[in-house]
Amino acid sequence: MSAFLKTALRNKSFATGFVITCVVVLMAAISFVWTPYDVTDLDIGSKLKAPGWAHWFGTDHFGRDIFSMIMVGARNSIAVALVAVIIGVGFGVPLGCWAAARGGLLDEALMRGNDVIFAFPALLSAVMITAVFGPGAINAIIAIGIFNIPVFARLARGAALSLWPRDFIMAARAAGKTKTRITIEHIVPNMANLLIVQATIAFALGIIQEAGLAYVGLGTQPPLPSWGKMLNEAQTMMSFAPHMAIIPGLAIVITVLGLNLLGDGLRDVLDPRLTRKRD
Amino acid sequence: MRTLKKLLAVALMTTAIAPATMVGAAFAAKTSLIMGMVLEPPHLDPTAGAPAAIDEVVYANVFEGLTRIGSKGEVLPGLAESWDISEDGKTYTFKLRTGVKYHDGSAFDAEDVKFSLDRARAEGSTNAQKALFAGIDSVTVKDASTVEVQLKSPAGNFLFNMGWGDAVIVAPETADGNKANPVGTGPFKFGSWVKGATLNLVKNDDYWGTPVALEKATFRFISDPAAALSAMLAGDVDAFANFPAPETIPQLRADPRFNVVIGSTEGETILSTNNTKPPFNDVRVRQAIAHAIDRQAIIDGAMFGLGTPIGTHFAPHHPAYVDLVGQYPLDLEGAKKLLADAGYPNGFKATLKLPPPSYARRGGEIVASQLRKIGIELEIIPVEWGVWVPEVFKAKDYDLTIVSHTEPMDIGIYARDDYYFNYNSDAFKATITKLNETTGEADRYALMAEAQKIITNDAVNGFMFQLAKAGVWNAKINGLWENSPVQANDLTGVSWSD
Amino acid sequence: MILFLVRKTLWAAVTLAVASVLVFAALEIVPGDPAQVMLGINATDEAIAALREDLGLNKPVLERYFSWVFGMLQGDFGKSYTYSVPVNELVADRVTISLPLALLSLLISTAIAIPVGLYAAARRGSLADTGIMALSQVGIAIPNFWFALLLVYFLAIWLQLVPAGGFPGWEAGFFTALKSLLLPAISLALPQAAILSRVTRSALLETLGEDYVRTARAKGLSRRSTIWKHALRNAMIPVLTILGLQFAYLLAGTIIIENVFYLPGLGRLVFQAISLRDLIVVESVVMMLVGTIIVINLLVDLAYLWVDPRLRHRRS
Repeated sequence: MSAFLKTALRNKSFATGFVITCVVVLMAAISFVWTPYDVTDLDIGSKLKAPGWAHWFGTDHFGRDIFSMIMVGARNSIAVALVAVIIGVGFGVPLGCWAAARGGLLDEALMRGNDVIFAFPALLSAVMITAVFGPGAINAIIAIGIFNIPVFARLARGAALSLWPRDFIMAARAAGKTKTRITIEHIVPNMANLLIVQATIAFALGIIQEAGLAYVGLGTQPPLPSWGKMLNEAQTMMSFAPHMAIIPGLAIVITVLGLNLLGDGLRDVLDPRLTRKRD
Repeated sequence: MRTLKKLLAVALMTTAIAPATMVGAAFAAKTSLIMGMVLEPPHLDPTAGAPAAIDEVVYANVFEGLTRIGSKGEVLPGLAESWDISEDGKTYTFKLRTGVKYHDGSAFDAEDVKFSLDRARAEGSTNAQKALFAGIDSVTVKDASTVEVQLKSPAGNFLFNMGWGDAVIVAPETADGNKANPVGTGPFKFGSWVKGATLNLVKNDDYWGTPVALEKATFRFISDPAAALSAMLAGDVDAFANFPAPETIPQLRADPRFNVVIGSTEGETILSTNNTKPPFNDVRVRQAIAHAIDRQAIIDGAMFGLGTPIGTHFAPHHPAYVDLVGQYPLDLEGAKKLLADAGYPNGFKATLKLPPPSYARRGGEIVASQLRKIGIELEIIPVEWGVWVPEVFKAKDYDLTIVSHTEPMDIGIYARDDYYFNYNSDAFKATITKLNETTGEADRYALMAEAQKIITNDAVNGFMFQLAKAGVWNAKINGLWENSPVQANDLTGVSWSD
Repeated sequence: MILFLVRKTLWAAVTLAVASVLVFAALEIVPGDPAQVMLGINATDEAIAALREDLGLNKPVLERYFSWVFGMLQGDFGKSYTYSVPVNELVADRVTISLPLALLSLLISTAIAIPVGLYAAARRGSLADTGIMALSQVGIAIPNFWFALLLVYFLAIWLQLVPAGGFPGWEAGFFTALKSLLLPAISLALPQAAILSRVTRSALLETLGEDYVRTARAKGLSRRSTIWKHALRNAMIPVLTILGLQFAYLLAGTIIIENVFYLPGLGRLVFQAISLRDLIVVESVVMMLVGTIIVINLLVDLAYLWVDPRLRHRRS
C-alpha cells in the first residue's frame, strides 16, 4: 500500500485530491469526539457573527458556530454519499457481472431495466422518493443510491464482457471453474481499478446531489446540520451575512474538487487503458 | 337628501376626473399594482375552500358580503347598507343596497342573499366555515332589498361572521363556476390566471360604490422567501402584505424605496400539544414545557424579533386580552422538578411535527433545543400541509406540533369536541357557551378573560407568540392594510402617489 | 438499420410501460389526501368524501391506472385536481419557459465548451491547456444552485444588471423575457460546460491518436486540417452523448434552479404538485419527461449513425 502511495503521490492530481480528501475525512472524524461548539446548542444571543477569533467561520442565524457545523456537515455529506455509492456498487456490480456472464435474454432484460431507471430524471425522482417516504438522510441515501445502480451495472457489464474472451479466463473455464467462481475470482478483481475510479466520481456527485436535496429541504433534518441546508438557510441572509452562504458552498466545492482530482489521479495511476472501454 | 346625493355624485365625478385631466401636466400616477403572495390559491371560490390565499385574492376585491371587516377589525356595511337587530337578539333585518350589479351584468337582490346563506349552511355544502352559519334558523326574503335572518339563539358575533370571506354573496347562476371564473359584486373583476405564476384582476367600471384607483391588480405567487426578497429588491413586486422572510426586514427597512410596516395578525403561534397522549396528558408535563420555553428567544431566532409573546390563545391587540405571559416564566429547575413530579425525572422522547412555514420550521428547531435542556428529546419531523392536515389535524397522530391559528377570535376551538388538541374541560366549555349567549360587551370581555385563564392554567398548549405581519411595499403606495384582522388583501383603497 | 430502429422503438415502448407502473405505484403510497389539501383544515368529512368522489379517487386502483394510461395514449393527460384545468394546458404553459431555458443553457455551454475543449486538445500540454483543465475541474465541483446564489447576489442584487428572478412572460417582449432567463441559464450552463469541455478535449485527443488520423498526418496534411477534416467528426460521438444527456437533464433537472429564480417551469410544477398532492399532475408530467428522455436517447442513437457510418453496419 505504501509503495503504491509513493508512486501515486507523484501524480499531481492524485496528490492534491488525496490531501484534500484526507483533510475533509479527518475533519468529519474529529467531529465525532470534538467540535469547537455544540452544533445542537442554539445561542440566539450571538447570532450572525462574522468570521473572527471566537468563531472562525462566524455564526448562523441561531448563533451556532459555522465551523462546527461544517465539521459535522462533512460527516453527514460523506455518510450519505458513501452509502449511496455502496448501494450502487452493491447492487450494480453483481447485476452487471451476472448479465455479462449469462448473456442472452437475462442480459437484455437487466440492461433494459437499467434503461428504465436512466429514463427517470434523477433529481425529480429523488424529490418524488423523499415525498413518498418523507424527507431525511436515509431516504436521501436511497434516492441517490438507486441512480447509482445502473451506472455501476453498465460499467461492470462492459468491463466483464471485455474480460471474458481473455486468455486467462478461458484457461480458468477450461479448468472447469463455474461462471460464478470465475466472476468472483478473476473478473471482479480485474475490474476493481475501474470501479474505484467510478466510485470516487459517484462519491463526488453524491455530495452535490445530497447538498441539492438538502437545499430544497429534503435531505438531512435538524438538529444535525448539513451543507445544503446551511445554504438554504443562508439564502435570504446573503446581503448581511454572506459568510453563511459562501462557507458551506466552498466546503462543497473543495470536497468535490478533492474527490474528482483523486478520481482523475487514480485513473492515471491505475491501469489507464481499461477506462476507455465502453459498452 | 336628494340634493346631497347629487352633490356627492358631482364630488365623486370631479375627483374621478381630476387626476385624469392632470395627465398631460404631470406624470400620471401608476394605476397598476403587483402584489406578492406566498401561497397560490387552489381556486377562487371563498365559499368552497379554507385556504387563506383565496380570500387574500378575492375578499373585498371581487366578492362582497352583507358586512365587511375594516382594517381595524371593525364591522362595516357591505352589500347591506344597514340592519336592525330585534330586542331578543335573534332577528336581523338587513336593508340591502340597490343598483348593485354582478360582473356579468346581472342584478343583485335579496334572493341572492337567501341563496348564498342557504347554500353555505345546506347539508353537503363544501363551505369550509360551516360553523359560521350553524346558528341561522331561517333566511326570509321580505322584498327585493330586505332580508330577514332568524337565529336559533342570540349570537354576539353574527355581524362579524357575516363579514368573513366564506359568507360572501354569490349569484345562483354563476355560483358553480366561481372556482375558475369568479363573478362577484366587487370593485375588481377577474382577469386572467397563469397557474403557478400570476393572477390578474381588472377594475370593474360598473361598481356600485367608490371606484377604485387601480386599473389592474396582479398577484404574483412567490413561495420561496429568498425569491421574495430578490423580487422585492428588483422591483418585480410592488408590495407584499405579509413578507415571508422576517430576517430581511431590517435590510428592507433601511432601503428608502420601501415602506415597512409591522402590524399584527390574528395568528396565535402555539406549540400544539396532544393533551390525551401520555406523557402530555399530565398537566405537570405541559406546565414544565411552558416553563422551559423561552418565548423571546423563539421570537428573536425564528422571527428576527417580529412578534409579541403571548401567554394564552388570544390576540394581544384585542381589548379583552389578558397578559398571562408571566404565569410560566422561564425556569428550567422548576420545569425539571415538575417533570420529576410527573414521573419523568430523566425526561422523555417525543416527536415534533413541523409544517412548512418558517415560523414552524425555525421555531421548532429552537423549541427542540430548549426542551432538550430539561431532558425532553424531540425528534423533528418536517411535514407538508398535505400530510399535516390528515395526520396531525384529523387523525391526531402527533405529540407536538407548531402552527399559527390565524382565524380571528378563535379561542372557541378549545371548547370543540374532537379538536386536535384533545383538550376536554367542562369549565371551559361552560364559559364559551355562556359567551355565545351573551351580547353585552363588558360581560363578553369578562367571559373571554375567564376563558383565557382556564386554558393557561391547564397549559393546554405551549403559547409562544402572536405572528406579526411584516408588510413591505413601495413607499409610493397608499392604502394597504397594516394589520390583518381577516385574511385579505383589501385593495379598494390603494393608490399610488407621485 | 430499419431493424435497429424497430428494436429501439419497441424497447422504448416497454420502458415507458414499466415507468408508468412505477410512477403510478409510487404515488399510490404517498401519504396525504388531495381532497383534504384542497378543502383545508376545517372541511367536514362529508365535503371531503364528496370531493373525492368528484375527482374519481374512490374508484379501484386498476381502473384508475388503466383510465390514466389509455387517456395518455389518446393525448389526454388528465385534469389537475387543484387547478381543475387539463394537465396538457398546465404543461404547455410551463414548457414555454423550460424549453427555452434548456436550449439557452445548452447553447451557452456548447458555445463555451466546444471551442475551449478543442483549443485545449490542440494545445495539449501547454499552459493554456493546463489552466483550462484546472478551471473545468473547479467548474464541475461547483453546485449550480450555489453558483446561482452567487450570481443573484452579485449581478442582480448588487449591480442590478438583470432581474433576480421571476418570468415576465413572452408577451412582455422577447428580449425582456430572454433577459430573465439569462442568469438561470448561465448557472445551469457552467457545470455542464465544464464537463463538456473535458469530454470534447479527451474525445479529440483520442481520435487524434488513432491510425487513420496518423495516416492523414503522415500524408502531409497539416495538424489543423487533420483536426477539421478527420478527427472532429469522430470526436463528436461522445460529445453528442453528453449533449443528449445534458439536454434531458436540463428539461427536468432544473427544479432547484427554478426555485432559486422562481421560474414557473416544469420542475416547479411537479414540485408544487407533489406538495399539494395533485397526483395526476405529478404522474403525467413525470411520464411526459420520461417519454422525452427516451425520445432524446433514441435521437442520440440515430445521431451516432449519422456521424459514424461504420456503426450502421455494425448494429444491424
